[in-house]
Amino acid sequence: MAHRVVVTGWGVLSSIGHTAETYWSSLARGVCGIAPATLVPTDQLAQKVVAEVKDYDPNKHFEQRQLPPLDRVSQFAVVAAREAIAQSGLSFDGGLAERTATIIGCGGGGQSTQDDNYKRLYGENAKRLHPLVIPKQMVNAPASQISMMCGLRGPAFVVASACASSTHAIGLAFQMVRSGSVPVAVTGGAESCIAFGVMKGWEALRVLASDTCRPFSRDRKGLVIAEGAAVVVLETLEHARARSAEILGEIVGFGMSADAADLLSPDAGGMQRAIEAALSDGALAASDIQYVNAHGTGTAANDQTETQALKRTFGPDAAKLALSSNKSMIGHALGAAGALELVATLMSVREGLAPPTINYLGPDPACDLDCVPNEARPMRIDAALSNSFAFGGLNAVLAVRRFQ
Amino acid sequence: MVDVAANVIEIIAKKLPPDKRNIQMTDRLDEIGIDSFGAVEMIFDLEEKFDIQIPYNANDARMEFETVGEVVNAIKKHIGQR
Repeated sequence: MAHRVVVTGWGVLSSIGHTAETYWSSLARGVCGIAPATLVPTDQLAQKVVAEVKDYDPNKHFEQRQLPPLDRVSQFAVVAAREAIAQSGLSFDGGLAERTATIIGCGGGGQSTQDDNYKRLYGENAKRLHPLVIPKQMVNAPASQISMMCGLRGPAFVVASACASSTHAIGLAFQMVRSGSVPVAVTGGAESCIAFGVMKGWEALRVLASDTCRPFSRDRKGLVIAEGAAVVVLETLEHARARSAEILGEIVGFGMSADAADLLSPDAGGMQRAIEAALSDGALAASDIQYVNAHGTGTAANDQTETQALKRTFGPDAAKLALSSNKSMIGHALGAAGALELVATLMSVREGLAPPTINYLGPDPACDLDCVPNEARPMRIDAALSNSFAFGGLNAVLAVRRFQ
Repeated sequence: MVDVAANVIEIIAKKLPPDKRNIQMTDRLDEIGIDSFGAVEMIFDLEEKFDIQIPYNANDARMEFETVGEVVNAIKKHIGQR
């Protein structure tokens, strides 16, 4: 039997808010979290802007003795998970812990830990490394740390598919809850990638913007690297109703595809197949969708190709869609991006407000859909999509509906 | 004096299938099969070879170099060889 899958908790750590509530208020006001990096020296970086989780203090969330095995990425994951679980009001006793899944998307694991240790070893000729280097940097650490710190004993793992990681993670959690395999899942994504070696790698790819992120705009210069985490609690509708939980939204569909084409250049056909799969999985017609939370990285190639994919899928209805890119405000948080954007999508449906695509300078003829430029727009949204398209040609799309 | 043209042609040719390596200075990069990320790799090889920095962003609609000859001239400019 297929269960309806509802969202009963969300938690966020981002460059524009350290809680879900402050995140939404910043999205709605078009606050930009992009600024010159402080986590790494910028004198040797060609592009100096990033979207950091500013003023993050680990000691507000963890005891000193808990910190040695926790890379910043795992800390972010745990902080967001705790907020989501607290909001859901769930307690995991009575056997629920064993039936709760923890599925987290993460692109690169403990990248600061890895970078620090290579620097120590090769740059400073250190003779030894800290004993917890491996468990701290392993890519599954965010899911492991959530499971341990929140006492969740069911299926737990990390999904890694670069920029689509957390959309894939939430999609798998959605499928598990829908199928009845588990009644509850704690799912989302975390990334903390602002380390010097990682930034130099991104610089070498020549896709970073030096000014800011301007998705779908003329004169856009590329993407802006970001960090953060977002976690949601998913439950079957019966489980949520039985405990009179507040229902924040409903996930109804999930679609995936692979381009099997270019490693880096996006493919409209692959994007279209994932979007259509999500619509079909959610029993939605294209005309049911009013809003798309776009992948919208701000690169020339993504925004133009995503526009083509939406036009192919929606046909003449594409002109009626509102789409916006949160990355204009929060940058591209890679493995956390899909989760941050799904939370934004759920909030947009609930609040009846499409957040803007800020930093918009004017139209690009290759991106001629309505991207809600610069100002949020109040609108009724009954159903919406959240798109994620990864390097390597891995596409994932979630469909959500207003809960009724 | 370094033979810039020969070095540039060698770097570009490595990225093409063996039967497409007969490159002329007037050949357009996109027509011989160098796409935007092929260009990123080419620029990295050129920077390493000539120890220079070439400002290039794959998001710029305007391609600084469209032909093999334009790449050669840009490199000559960068290393001060006119």
